Amino acid sequence: MSQLVWNGLFVGSFYALVALGYSMVYGIIKLLNFAHGDLYMLGAFIGFAVLGAAGGVSAGMALPLLLFVLVLTMGVTGLAGVLLERVAYRRLRGAPRLSLLITAVGASFALEYGMRAASGADPRVYPVRLGGTSLEVFGARVTLQQLALVAVAVLLMIGLNLLVTRSREGRAMRAVALDPKAAALMGIDVDAVISRTFFLGSALAGAAGVMAGAHYGKIDFMMGFLIGLKAFTAAVIGGIGNIPGTMLGGLLLGLLESFGTFWLGGEWRDVFAFGVLILFLTVRPTGLLGERVTERV
Amino acid sequence: MAALEIDGLDVHYGGVHALRGLSLTVGEGEVVALLGNNGAGKTTTLSAVSGLVRPSAGRVAYEGRDITGAKPSAIVRLGLVHVPEGRRVFSTLSVHDNLLLGGYAVGDQAEVRRRIDRVYALLPRLAERSGQQGGTLSGGEQQMLAIGRALVTGPRLLLLDEPSMGLAPLVVAAVMDVIREINAEGTAVLLVEQNARAALKIAHRGYVIENGTCVLTGTAADLREDTRVAEAYLGGV
Ligand SMILES: Nc1ncnc2c1ncn2[C@@H]1O[C@H](COP(=O)(O)OP(=O)(O)OP(=O)(O)O)[C@@H](O)[C@H]1O
Ligand SMILES: [Mg+2]
Repeated sequence: MSQLVWNGLFVGSFYALVALGYSMVYGIIKLLNFAHGDLYMLGAFIGFAVLGAAGGVSAGMALPLLLFVLVLTMGVTGLAGVLLERVAYRRLRGAPRLSLLITAVGASFALEYGMRAASGADPRVYPVRLGGTSLEVFGARVTLQQLALVAVAVLLMIGLNLLVTRSREGRAMRAVALDPKAAALMGIDVDAVISRTFFLGSALAGAAGVMAGAHYGKIDFMMGFLIGLKAFTAAVIGGIGNIPGTMLGGLLLGLLESFGTFWLGGEWRDVFAFGVLILFLTVRPTGLLGERVTERV
Repeated sequence: MAALEIDGLDVHYGGVHALRGLSLTVGEGEVVALLGNNGAGKTTTLSAVSGLVRPSAGRVAYEGRDITGAKPSAIVRLGLVHVPEGRRVFSTLSVHDNLLLGGYAVGDQAEVRRRIDRVYALLPRLAERSGQQGGTLSGGEQQMLAIGRALVTGPRLLLLDEPSMGLAPLVVAAVMDVIREINAEGTAVLLVEQNARAALKIAHRGYVIENGTCVLTGTAADLREDTRVAEAYLGGV
């Protein structure tokens, strides 16, 4: 039982990290960025390349090295997200939503098959795996590496939440999300705020990509496809555009999959995720914490 | 030097020719009313000045400096601030956060705090409601918030688009008093209004536009006396 909870929270923290970028981008330009999962894939490959360049890794140095690679990858993936917005989405900002959506799907394919062309179709083995000393916590077997990864994910999420709710930049992001024109009239450079949002969201996806590589040990050019859809589901469960809601959605989706596969078998895992997606889209499209605001007209 | 000089401004929205060679000036420290029927081009004029729409011809100069086609965020930093039609307060942010956003482009945080205190002194209703969400304020309070937020940016020229829209007569009078007070502290105002009577009470001069060009101009007293203005905008008084 507690093992199921732990597994769910562990996977859920990945979903949450990826879902945050989805949710932030949707919040600010109302775009479902279908290429977001591929930024996660890109992050995994960038981490792979950096680790390869660093050469051999002694076991004791694995964790500090991984943290360094994580930070570097976040920066590079963040810039890739900024570039994606600049090249593919910015000029379509006034265009019908469907054009944007189709462009996002196109960007997703471009990233997937671009990576396939660059790096081949075969999975790559991640050059670092964290050693597995494990502990018993409330009867659940928890490895130290899992704890470290969850701790990093939680820290990133807390940091993001503080940034968005407390800082001047975060306030500008919320203003642009609510009304870009009014925000521009307050002296906010809307393009710059949108770029920053893409940077943050993509950096989190890149972090999740490296963490997934280190945890599962294997990466391939399609690894972002399914997690992109799962992250979208997590964002919808929690309330897309709402940051705490999205974190909650990611954890809930992880728990749901963990318990669902335990009771019904592993082949049902994705059925759960997408069943819940359809359920929420029809019954409660605003999600659990989405827009609770009473607005006067 | 005039606060604002608009010269021969043309704006097209696709096939719609919204402004046709419009010219007007706002002197330093002046309140100028911009009157006209629905669709005459009043909002378009303000948007072309604040950079929200790009004119296809003509020139906009602010304090002698050409700002035609500049970015809105850059124009605000120069002290030319547009309070848009329909208030557009940030509905899910608190009153205080709305005011803080007015200070976004101001580097000095102590100065932002001072300006917000001044806004609270000028508009005490906002101080009472500083923690409330902007979208839950009454229409009049939202208008005050929209103006207050603009004041925090530190404007030397304020563009106001129909601040009296949808407000009860007493509230209109209160809004006009606030505008008069802001002007008394030295800020020039270009005031777009449907409510010509209220606008001409506080304005020094005015323009009447039709179909995107200026058809009449004069001092506020002259315009109040003008029979064409009286028939069209003052209910035939
Ligand atoms: N975004 C737009 N796209 C197309 N046409 C527009 C747009 N905005 C304004 N127009 C047209 O330009 C003309 C001038 O509009 P504008 O909003 O400036 O009028 P206004 O004087 O502010 O009117 P009101 O008093 O109703 O606010 C109108 O004919 C309007 O239909
Ligand atoms: Mg208008």
